Amino acid sequence: MIRIIPRLDIKGPNVVKGVHLEGLRVLGRPELFAARYYEEGADELLYMDTVASLYGRNNLAEIVERTAEQIFVPLTVGGGLRSVEDVRSILRAGADKVAINTAAVANPRLISEVADAFGSQCMVLSVEARRLPTGAYECMTDNGRENSGREVAAWVEEAVRLGAGEILLTSVDREGTGKGYDLELTRLIADAADVPVIACGGAGSVEDVQRAIVEGHADAVCMASILHYGALQSMQHADYGDEGNVDFLKRKIPLAARSEHGRRGIEPVSLVELKRRLRELGSPCR
Amino acid sequence: MPLSSRGVGPTAIVDYGLCNLASVARALRHLGSEPVITSDPDELRAASRVVLPGVGAFGTAMANLRERALIAPLQEYAASGRPLIGLCLGMQLLMDESDEGGLHRGLGIIAGRCARLPRAPGYKVPHIGWSGLEPAARPWTGTVLGRSAPGDTLYFVHSFHVLPVDERDVLAYTTYGALRYCSVLARGSVYGCQAHPEKSSRTGLALLESFLSL
Repeated sequence: MIRIIPRLDIKGPNVVKGVHLEGLRVLGRPELFAARYYEEGADELLYMDTVASLYGRNNLAEIVERTAEQIFVPLTVGGGLRSVEDVRSILRAGADKVAINTAAVANPRLISEVADAFGSQCMVLSVEARRLPTGAYECMTDNGRENSGREVAAWVEEAVRLGAGEILLTSVDREGTGKGYDLELTRLIADAADVPVIACGGAGSVEDVQRAIVEGHADAVCMASILHYGALQSMQHADYGDEGNVDFLKRKIPLAARSEHGRRGIEPVSLVELKRRLRELGSPCR
Repeated sequence: MPLSSRGVGPTAIVDYGLCNLASVARALRHLGSEPVITSDPDELRAASRVVLPGVGAFGTAMANLRERALIAPLQEYAASGRPLIGLCLGMQLLMDESDEGGLHRGLGIIAGRCARLPRAPGYKVPHIGWSGLEPAARPWTGTVLGRSAPGDTLYFVHSFHVLPVDERDVLAYTTYGALRYCSVLARGSVYGCQAHPEKSSRTGLALLESFLSL
């Protein structure tokens, strides 16, 4: 069964969404999105602290604590985790796995340290891939902003050898665009890796998700915009504060019309509907 | 002296220094239980129910149990007739042995051994994800699956599975790739579940709720 994993990018107290991991728009409180996705049958949840790399620390402990009291599916947390101690404290808060990119690229031994301390099942390697003009893929760090000089397939192979138990593979080129997953990238890594690969970045429709499974050979799929804009159609956000770009929520657009004001190329869908249609298309899910 | 068949203490979650016990405790609290997390043999002996969770390597887990002098108390507890459930690696520890990273003796509470999941095209090992429960010969009524139905899915993360000697110890099977393996065990009041019910949404909570009402 394919795993469907809603991704919540979090900045301060809010879920945000951008394009290419930048240009963030405030969408509302993570607790509301998480509770809805749990009710609708999310197989796991992914929380990413979008500004953590900037400040050098993950700020999600409190949100993770509140989530873990009420949501009984695996929770992966990423963003700004730099040491075994950082991992220990976010696991203690209630995360089941951690997703690490920047700190692992800077210090690959961290992968082994985390795997040795908490098990490989806990150590998810987060890869932010950008396609180069040559057709090769390069790993980016710091939320897609910095070049690492590392080639994606070689880095994944090394990371798995060091103890990474899963790969969260995000296409920075596709992220937030709704143009579909980078199928070539997904297939390249999913076929080569001995561990599960979670495709991320670019889902604009149910068909995109289906292609990541069938053509991309993804073991799991992760998505944000199509679910968030779907959820916003029937969610009331009173308490998002004034931090960040809240124009979208403040415009007082009638709830039913919010999807049309979402990102171009995104066909919003509920998680229940997404799973129902994937099953119809022949991809079994829970 | 054998333990009485009834405990006076709360549900005990065995702490042997390996895994995130808090997630099991959170799920039990959500169901109205007030478990204690303990590595104290006396608290185990007094417990009315025991949960043996587990994430990590078999050999390390047994070494940690030995170090904390918990092996005999767990065996005595299992013989008392009070409810015990091993989750994930905790289920595997109930068996006689495992060859994960060399041959290691287990608790020997249920006869059988643990073996590595075979690889198959399209089925990676470890098996990470949701899989369904299939019925075995025994009915589920009055067991930890009393509130479950065939096809209910649970969240699994594992590279090894159990092979009980006596087929009658199998309460449910799960299929992964070409292999159909025992995913829920039952022998008397001793249970094992290869999945993580504490992370398996409503279907997992139903299993834990059934355990709490045994």
